Amino acid sequence: MNVVVMRLTMRGLLGGKRALLLLLLPALLLLVAGLTRWGSSGNPDATSAMAANFAMGTLLPLMCLLIGTGAIGPEIEDGSIVYLLAKPLPRRTIALSKLTVAITASLVLGTISTVAAILIAGDQGWWLTNAYVTSVALAAIGYTAIFFMLAIVSRSAVIVGLIYALLWEGVLGGYVPGIRVLSVRQWALSAAERVLDGQPSLMPHSEVSLTTGLIMLAITTVVVTVLGVRKLKTLPMRVAE
Amino acid sequence: MSLIELTGVSRWFGNVVAVNDVTMTIGAGVTGLLGPNGAGKSTLLSMMSGFLAPSAGTVTLDGVPVWLNTDVYRRIGLVPETEALYDSLTGWEFVLINAQLHQLPDPAAATRRAIAAVDMVDAQKREVGKYSKGMKQRIKMATALVHEPEVLLLDEPFNGMDPRQRMHLLDLLQSLAAEGRTVLFSSHILEEVEQIAGTIEVLVAGRHAASGDFRKIRRLMTERPHQYSITSADDRKLAAAIIADGSADAVSLSVKGLEVQASDFGRFVQALPRLAQAGHIQLFEVTPADESLESVFAYLVSR
Repeated sequence: MNVVVMRLTMRGLLGGKRALLLLLLPALLLLVAGLTRWGSSGNPDATSAMAANFAMGTLLPLMCLLIGTGAIGPEIEDGSIVYLLAKPLPRRTIALSKLTVAITASLVLGTISTVAAILIAGDQGWWLTNAYVTSVALAAIGYTAIFFMLAIVSRSAVIVGLIYALLWEGVLGGYVPGIRVLSVRQWALSAAERVLDGQPSLMPHSEVSLTTGLIMLAITTVVVTVLGVRKLKTLPMRVAE
Repeated sequence: MSLIELTGVSRWFGNVVAVNDVTMTIGAGVTGLLGPNGAGKSTLLSMMSGFLAPSAGTVTLDGVPVWLNTDVYRRIGLVPETEALYDSLTGWEFVLINAQLHQLPDPAAATRRAIAAVDMVDAQKREVGKYSKGMKQRIKMATALVHEPEVLLLDEPFNGMDPRQRMHLLDLLQSLAAEGRTVLFSSHILEEVEQIAGTIEVLVAGRHAASGDFRKIRRLMTERPHQYSITSADDRKLAAAIIADGSADAVSLSVKGLEVQASDFGRFVQALPRLAQAGHIQLFEVTPADESLESVFAYLVSR
């Protein structure tokens, strides 16, 4: 880990237009939470559906997409990453420092907005909060690592990520059984399913067991991180165009 | 003293060959990498700075390959052509971050020294995003100098500089070379290169076309065959006189006038007015045909 790289990454994430978008997404979630409460008068069943589908299926991937790609994509795009790479630092250190900042940002933003949304929409005890904070945290790690890797590998990471997030995780992951087994959202939901075990009306449905979900998440996160680091080592850079 | 050695270096992108079998050694002092735009200078510099793998051949710094070796950056300072900087940082912060990334023992002192060397003390508290092109160039230079590298690689460093900034950078590069450092910069302007470069390496269409001090390169360029378009009161008579005199290699006559090729540039330009006067032929127009840098380079390659 390198503190200077981390500070610079944090500055990049918090500055500029991206930061505004990052605030817009949680605001949207809170709005939907308000509507959910208004429509269901605080029924926790509706809250659970909102958290499992909208929060985890749509907003969290988008948030992680912005953060994961934003932590390194713009610098690769405009070439300023050369100031980090032309240093006697292992590329692994640079990649892991940036990824750590990105995952931390996703965790903080993802969990806080989820807690707030569940409280607004209506919880039953703290059951839903506990369940979904766990799932959101797990999904945030997986999603951010995937999008971070995409930003190193592809110049059109945002488009590719958007298609993956909305199509694969959102639409196909919701309806096509085969894909549902290979979905970050389903893996992460297995944790919420376990926490809410015994409360059938609240319990979200996950395609996989908790063990499978955790193992798949861990493998995916490690694999994409290794891929990203390897690509950064040989990232072709024209010193000029 | 540090040596960059390129041995049989080629680089291709798909079907396009950007650099073709280049072998050269760059040692202490200022070396200019001269070539027209698109000659492969940036590709070559990318390979020298470890940002691109050669498709064939090797690039080494004192015998150690630079590709996949981030340790070489302790000894290499790189000034990329790209304009993109960390725009929200001030000049001071930007250079300081570079010093910290180098893990220097006293980053603040190194930053102060580097900023003073490029004469940017007055502007160091302003955001780099708001700098002019010349100022960006100088702050980039400061980031490359902050760890006092033995080797300095600069891509088109004079682009966008006004004459005063250019003078200042020339002085700075010369003083770095005087300290025994290896300084390599690329440019497509011969005059720029011959002002300071002790050695000039000419790259054309990816090939290493010529190498030597500026006198040698200058001579190669002036001794090549020169083309002239001439119109006069009596083209046919003038053509006969030029052929008889022997100061040109070839003369062709058309309705548009004369096309003359002379390999001895000095001799021909002296002979032409003399021949015209002796034959009482009025000269209307004498135009050197292809003085563009590209044609000069093209000649060097075809030699």
